[in-house]
Amino acid sequence: MKQDTKTLTAQATAGSIADISLTMWGRAIAVAGLIVALLLPFVVKNFLIFQLTLALIYAVAILGLNLLTGFNGQFSLGHSAFYGIGAYTAAILMDRADVAYYWTLPAAGAVCFVVGFLFGLPALRLHGIYLALATFALAIAMPQLLKSTPLEPWTGGVQGIVIIKPEAPFGLPLNADQWLYYFTILVAAVMYACAVNLVRSRTGRAIMAIRDNPIAASAMGIDVALYKSLTFGVSALYTGVAGALGAIAIQFVAPDSFTVNLAIAMFVGLVVGGVGSIPGTLFAGLFVLFVPNVAEQVSKGLAQAVYGVILIMVIYVMPSGAAGFVRMIVGRMARVWP
Amino acid sequence: MTAAMLLETVGLCAFYGATQVLFGLDLAVAEGGVTTLLGANGAGKTTTLRAISGMVRVAGDIRFRGQSLAGQAIEDIARLGIAHVPQGRGTFVRQTVEENLEIGAMSRRDRAGISADIERAYGYFPRLKERRKQQAGTLSGGEQQMLAVARALMLRPQLMLLDEPSFGLAPLIVQELFAILRTLNRDEKVSMLLVEQNASLALELADRAFLIETGQLVMSGAAHDLRSDENIRRAYLGY
Amino acid sequence: MELLAHQVLAGFATGGIYACLALAIVMIYQAIDHLNFAQGEMAMFSTFIAWQLMQWGIPYWVALFVTIAVSFVAGVAIERVLFRPIHDAPALSHVVVFIALFAILNSLAGAIWDYNVKSFPTPFGSRSLLGDGLMSAHDAGMIGVTLFMLVMLYLFFRHTRVGLAMRAAAANPESARLAGVRVGWMNALGWGMAAAIGAVAGVMIAPVVFLDPNMMNSILLYGFAGAVVGGLTSPGGAVVGGFAVGVIENLAGTFIPYVGRELKLTIALFIIVAVLTVKPSGLFGRTVVSRV
Repeated sequence: MKQDTKTLTAQATAGSIADISLTMWGRAIAVAGLIVALLLPFVVKNFLIFQLTLALIYAVAILGLNLLTGFNGQFSLGHSAFYGIGAYTAAILMDRADVAYYWTLPAAGAVCFVVGFLFGLPALRLHGIYLALATFALAIAMPQLLKSTPLEPWTGGVQGIVIIKPEAPFGLPLNADQWLYYFTILVAAVMYACAVNLVRSRTGRAIMAIRDNPIAASAMGIDVALYKSLTFGVSALYTGVAGALGAIAIQFVAPDSFTVNLAIAMFVGLVVGGVGSIPGTLFAGLFVLFVPNVAEQVSKGLAQAVYGVILIMVIYVMPSGAAGFVRMIVGRMARVWP
Repeated sequence: MTAAMLLETVGLCAFYGATQVLFGLDLAVAEGGVTTLLGANGAGKTTTLRAISGMVRVAGDIRFRGQSLAGQAIEDIARLGIAHVPQGRGTFVRQTVEENLEIGAMSRRDRAGISADIERAYGYFPRLKERRKQQAGTLSGGEQQMLAVARALMLRPQLMLLDEPSFGLAPLIVQELFAILRTLNRDEKVSMLLVEQNASLALELADRAFLIETGQLVMSGAAHDLRSDENIRRAYLGY
Repeated sequence: MELLAHQVLAGFATGGIYACLALAIVMIYQAIDHLNFAQGEMAMFSTFIAWQLMQWGIPYWVALFVTIAVSFVAGVAIERVLFRPIHDAPALSHVVVFIALFAILNSLAGAIWDYNVKSFPTPFGSRSLLGDGLMSAHDAGMIGVTLFMLVMLYLFFRHTRVGLAMRAAAANPESARLAGVRVGWMNALGWGMAAAIGAVAGVMIAPVVFLDPNMMNSILLYGFAGAVVGGLTSPGGAVVGGFAVGVIENLAGTFIPYVGRELKLTIALFIIVAVLTVKPSGLFGRTVVSRV
């Protein structure tokens, strides 16, 4: 896919420019959004809170994918594997080892970082569509591995593992769903802040330099191999933590929850949100959660077809994702009111 | 000048996205003539050629034999008889030399004419004939430049747009190339719009010259007038 | 040793399927520089059309040719209608449209023809060649058809003007446009041809794996793997790759323990990935040497 690099560059560079020019507005919107989010459980039904929790979890997962594909140019169609590993790590620790739910997150992150880093090493030799195929193979392998007999005592085989949603601590007047919602916001806020920090740092620039021009990057003294593998690890970490949160939210893990379809859904979300855009992942999370439901409501039998049509329409209107669309609108407005 | 121009631009503006790079250029190429467009790096010379070929967004008028080119697709403009030899040569590296020539003639239907033209191209560029079955990517820079010109010729163009043909070539090869260009202009009646950084070479070949700086026209006239102009000599010819 | 030979041969037979599909995949990749993830679904849909025609009493060969023609037109239409508006969009956005196409075709097929498995006739008969049912007449016929298409494609690309124009349009679209080549229509033509080849592939595959909307899912993957192993720039390589994948899959299933039907796919894919780490452009692909 020869076009990748150039267009990814254009998108991401523009993204950072927009970030800077939107800084004041962006911060205001973010703060306002956060306040609204914090107040929601008191006005909205519990099930919607549960769904929003999941949407935020997907957003974090897709943020992980974005770090790898959007900012580092490594095309991954296998992130469902990391999501699944994170989920199972949390489930096994909570169910078999009685570990408190909040410790499972860093554990899942650590495990996934190692797995991601290790996978990133041979992946160094693969580019573009070849890397996509390799990661796709990983995604396909995951359910099979989870069902396989040698691992059954740990994974519970086809039946999976059931876990219990944590109650609110310190006797706070929140039900389990509401507590998990706030907990997720907290975790997500930390992770987003770290991601923004990373992208704006020297390391972040090195990572993006590798995406834009690996030869020039290495000529500048950047250890391309190390950074690419590290980015793989960090990306897996993010998605793994999201997976752990997801397991806690749904209270259940089973091999067939982590199939290729999840990897594809994450990829679609990434593009729809905007490759190389951090705020875009929030839109992506909402899209991945709600649009398939909408499609099913339009037509039960042709749900997938409706979903496909929606996807096409979205790409036509926003070829560079939601982030690109916002950028364009802002650009147009800036020309009208200089 | 009462003779109708082969190519005329009136108030040509060009844009890359939201950025304007050409600001109201008025150029002309006479029938059978060679016009050269000079300027420093980044002045907008390549953009001008790309604008004529329909590759960038434009405002203003471009007329070829009185017909407006604005809004036409690249391939349609090419089929009108405007052959563009791009910067970097645009070689089809995985195809053979001969296939490259055949691709150049793809818009034509006269088989006999095409075969005759291939032979005539080999006549101008014997080195290409030696390498006719070789993959074009294995040719040297000079040979690829000749191939690009030959490929453009296969279109049987009335106007050839040449973007820095001397770029990266050894002086002897450049001399050879420009001699061939002169012959093509004289014998095949191919008019040319030549973009060059090598001003002295370009002014020798051309009969008219235009000088642009940051997207604007700053000087124009007969080539030999510009050649003897003090400022041009100091800035672009080095003496 | 005899078991090995058996399994290699059996793998060869199934490999014919993958080779066929790999050819369609490489075909379209050469034309438009993207991997068409919906290739399998297009082939599946075409096969359903053929099936439907035959249900209406139309004889096999007529149905086949009508299907090929319809598929060709549909392929051209998909490119002109669906992909032309987004040709400026980033590559990853194209991939999403491919995914959307996949979802639409799969869902439509299920809705029109339901998910029950159907049998599909073969023109070659099911006599068993080579003794113990390792290769049937159909398998051999399928391999023959694949090789025939390969030869036709080779002749088309190397010895016709249109073939050269298509290659030029794919290799260097900008230069091709400057030479007057209508690149958009060349892309559409590539799509049409890939759709037609896919139709043939589907019709060849359906008698073996039976017809249902999901029949192409794992086969598509093997087809991709075959195309990638062979090197995406080489139709001949794709065919070889397809056969190789068939053999690898079969050998992996036979000789590696704990490997059930599902894990076979995983093992095969990983072996292919291993090949790629050694030869990143595939066995027959041209390594692009990038000069600094």
